[in-house]
Amino acid sequence: MANNLELAVKTVTEIPEEEIRRVREWIDTEEYKEKNFARQALVINPAHACQPLGAQLAAHGFEETLPFVHGSQGCASYYRSTLNRHFREPAPAVSDSMTEDSAVFGGQANLHEGLENAVALYKPKMLAIFSSCMPEVIGDDLSAFIKNARQKGNIPADLPAPYANTPSFNGSHIHGYDSMLLSILKTLTEGKVVEGRCTGKLNFIAGCDFNTGNYREYRRIFEAFGIPYTFLADISDSFDSPNDGRYRLYPGGTLLAEAGDSVNGKATLTVGPLATAKTFAWIKEAWAGKHAALPMPMGIARTDAFLMKLSELFGKPVPECLKAERGRAVDAMTDAHQYMHGKKFAVYGDPDYLLGYVSFLLEMGARPHHVLCSKGSKKLEKEIRSLLDASPCGKDGGIYMNKDLWHLRSLVVTDPVDAMIGDTHGKFIARDAKIPLFRFGFPVFDRVNKHRYPLIGYQGAINMVTEICNKFIDIVDETCDDGHFEMMR
Amino acid sequence: MANPAKKIEGITRESTQAMIDKTLSEYPEKARKKRAPHLAPNDPSSCTACVKSNRKTVPGVMSARGCAYAGAKGVVWGPIRDMVHVSHGPVGCGWYSWGTRRNLMSGVHGVTNFAMQFTSDFQEKDIVYGGDKKLAVLLKEASDLFPLAKGISVLSECPVGLIGDDIGSVAKKMSGELDLPVIPCNCEGFRGVSQSLGHHISNDTIRDYVIETREFAEPETPYDVALIGDYNIGGDVWSVKSLLEEIGLHVKATWTGDGEVERIAATHKVKLNIIHCYRSMNYMARVMEEKYGIPWLELNFFGPTKIRESLRKLADRFDDRIKENVAKAIDKYDARMQAVIDEYRPRLEGKKVMLYVGGLRPRHTVNAYEDLGMVVVGSGYEFAHNDDYERTSPEMPDATVIYDDASEYELERFVDELKPDLVGSGIKEKYVFQKMGLPFRQMHSWDYSGPYHGYQGFPVFARDIDMAVNSPTWGLVKSPF
Repeated sequence: MANNLELAVKTVTEIPEEEIRRVREWIDTEEYKEKNFARQALVINPAHACQPLGAQLAAHGFEETLPFVHGSQGCASYYRSTLNRHFREPAPAVSDSMTEDSAVFGGQANLHEGLENAVALYKPKMLAIFSSCMPEVIGDDLSAFIKNARQKGNIPADLPAPYANTPSFNGSHIHGYDSMLLSILKTLTEGKVVEGRCTGKLNFIAGCDFNTGNYREYRRIFEAFGIPYTFLADISDSFDSPNDGRYRLYPGGTLLAEAGDSVNGKATLTVGPLATAKTFAWIKEAWAGKHAALPMPMGIARTDAFLMKLSELFGKPVPECLKAERGRAVDAMTDAHQYMHGKKFAVYGDPDYLLGYVSFLLEMGARPHHVLCSKGSKKLEKEIRSLLDASPCGKDGGIYMNKDLWHLRSLVVTDPVDAMIGDTHGKFIARDAKIPLFRFGFPVFDRVNKHRYPLIGYQGAINMVTEICNKFIDIVDETCDDGHFEMMR
Repeated sequence: MANPAKKIEGITRESTQAMIDKTLSEYPEKARKKRAPHLAPNDPSSCTACVKSNRKTVPGVMSARGCAYAGAKGVVWGPIRDMVHVSHGPVGCGWYSWGTRRNLMSGVHGVTNFAMQFTSDFQEKDIVYGGDKKLAVLLKEASDLFPLAKGISVLSECPVGLIGDDIGSVAKKMSGELDLPVIPCNCEGFRGVSQSLGHHISNDTIRDYVIETREFAEPETPYDVALIGDYNIGGDVWSVKSLLEEIGLHVKATWTGDGEVERIAATHKVKLNIIHCYRSMNYMARVMEEKYGIPWLELNFFGPTKIRESLRKLADRFDDRIKENVAKAIDKYDARMQAVIDEYRPRLEGKKVMLYVGGLRPRHTVNAYEDLGMVVVGSGYEFAHNDDYERTSPEMPDATVIYDDASEYELERFVDELKPDLVGSGIKEKYVFQKMGLPFRQMHSWDYSGPYHGYQGFPVFARDIDMAVNSPTWGLVKSPF
């Protein structure tokens, strides 16, 4: 029966042009902004995904590990295609395809059958199991289910199968990353503590970082120092594998044995403190050696702090080549400061990244004017505030926690900025505001090779300066009148 | 008139069955038994489905399938441009399906089109206490902030159905309060076996809440048609609509690519429904046939051979005026399309293609490749039903492999055996095959190109296929050392 809403039957109407014009202008006003910021329930264009996406990222960071989604199969397809689009790489993961009957009987039968098939077909060395909403709502007991699977022989007794509860209705992708990483490390290091043994190595965690270029840059820095290291959850080869005519199901990742031995490390360092809070808290309790959590090394000061920490932990001086690289980065920044100084930015993204953008912009004399995190915390807000307060360039900066990109649109159209830094999803705001968007965050669906382009360290600072300043110069070239079109800029 | 079965040298029933058996041998026994009926050599003479379909996915095999929500949000509802589509539940589903299907829209973003991500962003407390109250508040907020929206769809995600929320009564109450259609759609991802049930549920909600609630302002004419099951991927609707208008038809509504909900609501007044994606919209075509006596015609607008056939089928339904226009259009475009074929066919002749897609493409594009001199050596669907495979059988060459809900493992094995020159599938498959050095085109999204439908589409399709197969970059894959 049609018309279940019992609405009156009307004629098809066209919206008059002047009405469209009126609303178009209205959505750019202060009045609209107030209405928009008064929203209590509706979220529009959030800049964060859900936990399992981060869990899958962490899983890909380990040797021959198959990500396994316990839940509806559509969830797995969504995570995979998001990673495919961002990296332009394969993202193999399976799901146990829970359906209506699992809602009644629980997901154990699907899990067991799925584990058996996945092991037979894809022969993983580790299964990283994480949940989507459905099993979390019905209360599946993953721990018991996996134990039962081993007893039934669905998975070999010695196959590591860490699991994490990662419902979409809690936190964001960074929290799923944290939970999965914690579970993987707990599983792999279990019983691996050897009294008196020290690997002599640095255990390094990059955080929930979707930029393979950053991972390669970290490795280059450790090698320059001559510091032996175990890069935990290393996705650099998993999501930046060579095309030589052969498809590798598991092209990279931290060796499982090495990850297991990391419990006996000389030191453990995370540079994604807000995306590894639980993992790091546990490591501090359970792992040997020194422990340090530093902000992501974006910009000069944070890279300096990172190198000094490495130097301190391993008793090695900062190598000459990195000192020279610092000089070159500072040279690039002083040479280019005029193109960024005083420019206002709107920045949004994941917490660890956001702190990096703000710190870097302030170093360049630019002004982080709207700083927005759609899944933020008090701690993050405090950290951003203290960064802004410490610089004359930060004094007008506004911080917006747990606001979305439709809020950001109102901010940008009522209180304009010169550019935005974030991910692809901000492109509609940038277009409406006629300003550039620098795609430094995740995901990037509409440009190539951004995931290979490091943003951390001194090289990352040079890359950001190059991209931002040249874009501003391009804009001058493209928009100036003939009289001001010059050879030099 | 049945065409003689197409043959491909080296492919026999026995060779295909042997390839299938070898592939299945790696499965544990239970999974092997479940998968076996979904893989078979084609038998074009039978005109029946050679494989089983629309069954539960075997857990753990790496299926490419999505869910009912994906079928509702991504396929049926999402492309309607003048409605706010609320992903009701946690943040993920709406975020993943935000702008990732390429259903292009006209209108002003945020003013008259709403290609955005609206969600109730469920938190733990909403799971515990229910989300109905929050839903009522957010519907009011949406109508306040987007006053020109012509309606709101509420698309439920898994938790909503599991905790027993009643979105139907909230929608009804708020529709009255806001004087705006609020359409509840219980498309939770755990329902059914694939995105296909989401299409069906969405068709049912259109039947129950939308159709018959509007009437066209213009007087009726004998040429009034609706274009059903075209989602405007890369501009497909725009290409087909302009062709239909060129031959004198009035396209009163498009379902749902670049769709307008009021026009969809008045579609019960058209004279003929032209259906493109049978799988996702045959339900409403049948409803409109039974209830309003509107006939429907399933047409294929890929490649000149099929477009010509389709236009002639259309002409048969109309008067001499339309018949003459069709004859003129075919004459006009045949010459142009021949020029396209003359340019690309020499570089593509005899090249082998393997397809694995959704909806209609595993059968509808076969002839477009053949127009370019290529042969399709394997085809299959993520979420098809029996009637799709019946329709596929006569299009595909004899004894070629047909696969239903193929796992990544199976596709890899088939590619190893068949060594195609091009694979046409989705984003999850793309980079697997490209790493093998195999040319690939995404055949869901047209790989960020398009349109591929209609006469505007074929030159783009031909260019893209040539570009993929003959790109010099493939020659760099093997290093000299």
